[in-house]
Amino acid sequence: MTSLVPKETSSESKKDLLTEEHEDFRLFGLITFLIADGMTFAGFFAAYLTFKAVNPLGPDAIYELELPLPTLNTILLLVSSFTFHKAGKFLEKNEAKQCQKWLLITGVLGVAFLISQMFEYFTLPFGLTDNLFASTFYALTGFHGLHVTLGSIMIMIIWWQTRIPYGRVHKENKFPFEAVELYWHFVDGIWVVLFIILYLL
Amino acid sequence: MPKLSAIITLISSLILGIGGVWIAYNVDMLPVSASINAPVYDELYRVLFIIGCILFIGMTSLVIYSLIQFRRRPGETGDGINLEGNITLEIFWTAVPAIVVLFVGLYSYDIYDRMGGMQPLMHDHESQVENQAERIWGGIGSGPIETSSSNNSASLPIELTAMQFAFIFHYPKGDIITGELHVPVGREISLRMESKDVIHAFWVPQFRLKQDVIPGQPTILNFTPTKTGNFPIVCAELCGPYHGGMRSNVIVDEQEDFDYWLRENSKETI
Amino acid sequence: MTISLKPNNTPPEKLQPTGWLKYLSFSLDHKVIGLQYLVCGFLFYLIGGSLAGAIRIELASPLSDFMPREVYNQVLTLHGTIMIFLWIVPVVNGAFGNYLIPFYVGARDMAFPRLNAVAFWLIPPSGLMLITSYFINGAAQSGWTAYPPLSITTPAAGQIIWILSVLLLGGSSIFGGINFIATILKLRRPGLKLMQLPMYCWAMLGTSILVVLSTPVLAGTLILLSFDIVAHTGFFNPSLGGNVIVYQHLFWFYSHPAVYIMVLPAFGLVSEILPIHSRKPLFGYTTMVFSIMGIVVLGLVVWAHHMFTSGTPPWMRLFFTIATAFIAVPTGIKFFNWVATLWGGKISLNGAMLFSCGFIINFVLGGITGVALAQVPFDVHVHDTYFVVAHFHYIVYGGSVFVIFSSIYHWFPKFTGKMLNENLGRFHFIITFIGFNLCFAPQHWLGLNGMPRRVAEYDPQFQLINQISSIGALLMALSTLPFLWNVFQSILYGEDAGENPWDALTPEWLTSSPPPVENWEGEAPLVLEPYGYGRRDSNKPQEQKQ
Repeated sequence: MTSLVPKETSSESKKDLLTEEHEDFRLFGLITFLIADGMTFAGFFAAYLTFKAVNPLGPDAIYELELPLPTLNTILLLVSSFTFHKAGKFLEKNEAKQCQKWLLITGVLGVAFLISQMFEYFTLPFGLTDNLFASTFYALTGFHGLHVTLGSIMIMIIWWQTRIPYGRVHKENKFPFEAVELYWHFVDGIWVVLFIILYLL
Repeated sequence: MPKLSAIITLISSLILGIGGVWIAYNVDMLPVSASINAPVYDELYRVLFIIGCILFIGMTSLVIYSLIQFRRRPGETGDGINLEGNITLEIFWTAVPAIVVLFVGLYSYDIYDRMGGMQPLMHDHESQVENQAERIWGGIGSGPIETSSSNNSASLPIELTAMQFAFIFHYPKGDIITGELHVPVGREISLRMESKDVIHAFWVPQFRLKQDVIPGQPTILNFTPTKTGNFPIVCAELCGPYHGGMRSNVIVDEQEDFDYWLRENSKETI
Repeated sequence: MTISLKPNNTPPEKLQPTGWLKYLSFSLDHKVIGLQYLVCGFLFYLIGGSLAGAIRIELASPLSDFMPREVYNQVLTLHGTIMIFLWIVPVVNGAFGNYLIPFYVGARDMAFPRLNAVAFWLIPPSGLMLITSYFINGAAQSGWTAYPPLSITTPAAGQIIWILSVLLLGGSSIFGGINFIATILKLRRPGLKLMQLPMYCWAMLGTSILVVLSTPVLAGTLILLSFDIVAHTGFFNPSLGGNVIVYQHLFWFYSHPAVYIMVLPAFGLVSEILPIHSRKPLFGYTTMVFSIMGIVVLGLVVWAHHMFTSGTPPWMRLFFTIATAFIAVPTGIKFFNWVATLWGGKISLNGAMLFSCGFIINFVLGGITGVALAQVPFDVHVHDTYFVVAHFHYIVYGGSVFVIFSSIYHWFPKFTGKMLNENLGRFHFIITFIGFNLCFAPQHWLGLNGMPRRVAEYDPQFQLINQISSIGALLMALSTLPFLWNVFQSILYGEDAGENPWDALTPEWLTSSPPPVENWEGEAPLVLEPYGYGRRDSNKPQEQKQ
């Protein structure tokens, strides 16, 4: 009477249990989690905007952010969302080779984003503790970068798991793929908001 | 039967209402009121107390009555009546609290306005010039209070610096620095407060006033004492180990005594 | 797409411990997890209660003479944090939620059993971490609110451990919330509509929405705060250009809903207990559901009423006053409906019923002071005083904790298969009720007359009232003894409960006590009318329309 394994219940009810079916709600759970995650970002954005409105920086402390690199980053992420989607289409068609190719491109784009972000960090004229704006900038982009890092790692795992013939992710078991894809689109969406709020406003 | 129960309900509500008012006017839980907005505060307090008493006594007696009247007698079996709801009743007890709450909200808005809380920040020109760039948050009474200009039109500016674990008052007029606040009775005081380290709060229970003293963000508190005497100033925001000991006094004097104190001390410090 | 429930990678049978050892294991059974939450929470309650005792001993005299002032601040910080994050939130949500929700929706387990176990097992380590921080380098001493700059300037080690611990507990809470939302919305037995669910499901749905929307904001805020402490950034540090008010806004965006996270499930539990013991249907099911959702929506937009003296602009004060006061409307509906549920019933005056009624009385008082505190002009006098302490304890102790006891009396037969001793239960209630009111009612007066909260020393004129309050606290501490005795005695020698000792209609009673691993032998019952009392022969609950 200890585990959840229906083996332990009587043989009669065992049949019942095993045939009970329900909708796959793992994606629903993931969406709920992403809403929660989005609220963390919302908190950061709210803090950033309030700081900006209430605590004006001194005249010597205002830093202009260079736009070319973040614009490139935005393009990288948007394209990677598209390539991920493309990979999904091939997974649907059971063409693992093509799917893997597009996944690899997505992963490379993700890593390229991270490298470009790093590059931006090293060329910026301010450090983490310079002033309120700098701190918030690093906190926001850093937290987002953490998400991209996790996403890239997961893309690589998915890429490895879609290989033929031993991969565990395929047309019949595509939840891991869908989950990472949803997560990736979410991270992209957050970046777009972040780009608008942090760089354009 | 329905008539009888209606009469009983009516009578008990009347008793409840009168009882609530009686309690609110006979149980005094507030300290002495010693500033211009304290009586206004006490008025609001009384109204809230009346409503609270009626509600609390009413609900409690309903619950206790139900528990006694409808208790399961020994040997009794079976269920109560199958009553799943009553739309009229439910609308009634949605509407009544909504009206009461709306009334309380509007009333407290009015009180707040009379305390000067809703008026735009209007500090004396001195601090205005000084803090053009800074954002100043106002506590209650940051605007002028209606009847304050009885004998002196201009308010008396005092600066408060709070630190762990003391209040330091500075009188720009005479450049006096003191740990106790001396103010004349019946004159509006404009207290400009800023903290050196952590958040503190300036609270005088007898004035019914409190405002956090915030580092990096000056706050303004205006008040007019109406009683002479010695009242405690209490720090109300956890500020460290000695938070409980962070107390001071506000000494409200007659105008002549205050002027004398001002003269005596400014001579010494200048 | 559908997937079968067939578990394909659960640990092999042999590795799952049996007997009491399963309560110390990474069990996936929602009932085991529920009891793990309950017992773990109760242990932390005893610790938090001892800390409260220490506070009351210190306050029995006006001087700071019982413990050093730094220790006093650590004790009050730990007391608040433990009681909120390790006792009430995990127990009203995690314990009863995990135990009951799968029954109520007609499922064999929660939607994500493994996530569920992870959520529980985050709690003991973070709790222990929090407590050991006291012995290492001193615990956090800036209150459970951890307002900067105080939290930045006090010793860093304790504060960082506090942040880490609260982050883990927040994570646990979010995982639980996701699980509850998925279970209630997606795992319902076919044929069961949302409006046929027992009220506790609605309360948990509302609570979980609040958890998912607000807890992450606290997590983000605490991460920023930890940056301020460790990396010397200046988000909330005014000497580095930061803004302390922003922290308060973000903190209360979580921590006001946190009050509803502690109280809404309690509302749900009371809605289950009252109909059963007064043998009447829950009065006004639909309005109850809407009032829960109303509280959820309003609960998210009232946070700044904690900051009326922090220097918020007038329009903000006005908005938050009105919004807060209006929460009284849905809450009031619930209370009137409960009294109407009692009215005309056949009420058994047992432990469960008495604690629920005690809850109603206490919470009405807490609610009244709450509406008063929502009024800006009233709040500026009593903010951060013992009036607030009294109000808050009337809500969370007089509210949530009374309901927890009520629920233990009610569901103990289901948990263990044994009945509790009702006479001891009534005795426990009387001592708790008197002790509680003796402890906290006088604190209203203290607050109005000038005693601020979180102080180790105070004006000697308040000594008498503080001593009365301390005696009340002593009674509350003593009241735990008959309860514990009752529980141990009943587990060992209690009367057998049978399947359905209360003759209830909700689905958890339609199975053996304690229930089998998969909740029901055979098919899950379809309970369409969980509150259909008074419409059938009360001795045969099974005759209900199935």
